Amino acid sequence: MACRLCEVACLVEHSRSRDLMKAYKREKPRAVARIRVEELGPLSFAMSCRHCEEPSCVRACLTGALSKDPETGIVSIDAEKCMGCWTCILFCPHGSIVPDVERGVAAKCDFCPHLETPACIAICPNRALLLAEEKTHA
Amino acid sequence: MKTYIPPRFKVERDQERCIKCQVCVNQCSFSVHSYDAEVDEVFSREENCVGCHRCVIFCPTHALNICKTPLDYRENANWRPEIIEDIIRQAESGGVLLTGMGNDKPYKVYWDHLVVNASQVTNPSIDPLREPMELRTYLGRKPERVELERGGLKLKTKVAPQLTIEAPIMFSALSYGAVSLNVHESLARAASEFGTLFNTGEGGLHRKLYKYGKNTIVQVASGRYGVHSEYLDVAAAVEIKIGQGAKPGIGGHLPGEKVSAEVSATRMIPAGTDALSPAPHHDIYSIEDLSQLIYALKEATNYTKPIIVKIAAVHNSAAIASGMVRAGADIIALDGIRGSTGAAPKIIRDNVGIPIELAIAAVDTRLRQEGIRHQASLVAAGGIRCAADVVKAVALGADAVYIGTAALIALGCTVCQQCHTGKCAWGICTTDLSLTKRINPDIGTERLVNLLRGWSHEIKDMLGGMGVNALESLRGNRLHLRAVGLSEKEMEILGVRHAGD
Repeated sequence: MACRLCEVACLVEHSRSRDLMKAYKREKPRAVARIRVEELGPLSFAMSCRHCEEPSCVRACLTGALSKDPETGIVSIDAEKCMGCWTCILFCPHGSIVPDVERGVAAKCDFCPHLETPACIAICPNRALLLAEEKTHA
Repeated sequence: MKTYIPPRFKVERDQERCIKCQVCVNQCSFSVHSYDAEVDEVFSREENCVGCHRCVIFCPTHALNICKTPLDYRENANWRPEIIEDIIRQAESGGVLLTGMGNDKPYKVYWDHLVVNASQVTNPSIDPLREPMELRTYLGRKPERVELERGGLKLKTKVAPQLTIEAPIMFSALSYGAVSLNVHESLARAASEFGTLFNTGEGGLHRKLYKYGKNTIVQVASGRYGVHSEYLDVAAAVEIKIGQGAKPGIGGHLPGEKVSAEVSATRMIPAGTDALSPAPHHDIYSIEDLSQLIYALKEATNYTKPIIVKIAAVHNSAAIASGMVRAGADIIALDGIRGSTGAAPKIIRDNVGIPIELAIAAVDTRLRQEGIRHQASLVAAGGIRCAADVVKAVALGADAVYIGTAALIALGCTVCQQCHTGKCAWGICTTDLSLTKRINPDIGTERLVNLLRGWSHEIKDMLGGMGVNALESLRGNRLHLRAVGLSEKEMEILGVRHAGD
């Protein structure tokens, strides 16, 4: 329903303090949300990384900062290695990698490793976001 | 024309807490909040605020509060602010003032003047957690007497079709168009999960919901919107809507803005046109005419479904109800002055009809006096707010109640009375697709079933306290009620004694 609370929760979870007020009011540079609600008329969709089977961002990454965990299937980014060239952003067919301009690194959904349920799903007031594991043909 | 109406609410934004996430901006359907990127600030147009609290509830940092504007007119018991502003509004519009929800005027709420009995010493109370407690209710015409087959346990008497509900609570008529399809689906699924009935109202039934037919009462109203043979076949019962508590004497109103493509297909009317039901049924001008429609519907449904006739509670309800029973109604629904609506002229909503408590008592008494009480069940509607109201309604003589406003509140409604605008920020009373999404039928169903469960437990607790183990034993048992602060005449009509008597 495009309330964008998932964006708020994502930003807070990826902030240093993980505190709602501090993340927005004090932390500089402010963290960026890795999920973005896109709207077209009455349609809205919270877009975050699809953790593709064959991720083009991983293939495109010039420094090897992006990788896909063979166990969990989660595509993650190593900020230490990222040089902020935005090549992954160009390659992502969903537009779900966001530039963290102030830090000069790309940012993307990491499935909230510190939480049992990713923050965006936990906060969604209308259960529009669900966590479902899809069996892929091995 | 410059409006002379002052803003009614004040938006208090705690700048210390506001993180400018703009959730308030995107949730307000009345365009109160707006974000100005140039100065990086969220501003409020308070004159648009209707006090629905959507922004307050959704603000992640609780930075918002909505209060009444502390604007005082010079004190005057006669020319109160509401009266002054209604006049201003009419001077600016020249029209009938429309509103939504039920009567908000401080008429006496008789529920609040009735108290319930409990067993002490001389008769034991019952613990509903340890002993069975029966709330199941059968609605429909009951036989004069019951005869059994010789020697067997089979019933010889042919019993008229009955509706079975697991608690004496059903969902009131809320039409698709007035409320969204997601609300209809929530009601339908909750009714079917809990074991009660929901009522389509006069806007037809969307085909998607035909599978919940066993838990559906379909309405036939003066506009005949959405009525066809399949609609009648799929339902558990058919209700002829003569009147509605919020607007006795006039027909339903659905503003054209709410007649979307889907609503138009379900109602069988052109999209975008006002759906104004005629005030009377143009084929009903007498009890005999009503009887013709009742039997036409019984014939059409092959005598397999009870026919309900719903009227607004008015001065002669008792006599009218007697006529309705004699005309063949299996169930009578009475809708009191506090009954709600998706749109009604304010002047009618606030001034026409009688309180439901008095109507139940008057109708029940009259039907008993005439010896025809068993021929029809009595359903009370209009201002049932809690389990205690249900218990009191049953004790006054109702077989079951309809809840409308309470069900909507369970879904998120804050009774801000903007239903007629079609802009409901809670996504309930609207057909705007970007708003209707705000009700997720999965969540809606859960909330409604929870409400019904909660009330059922409370009803059982109250019954247990009275030492009654079946709702049947309370029905019309007015000795379980006592009045507090009512006049002789009021107690005479209600058929109750004063507390201490």
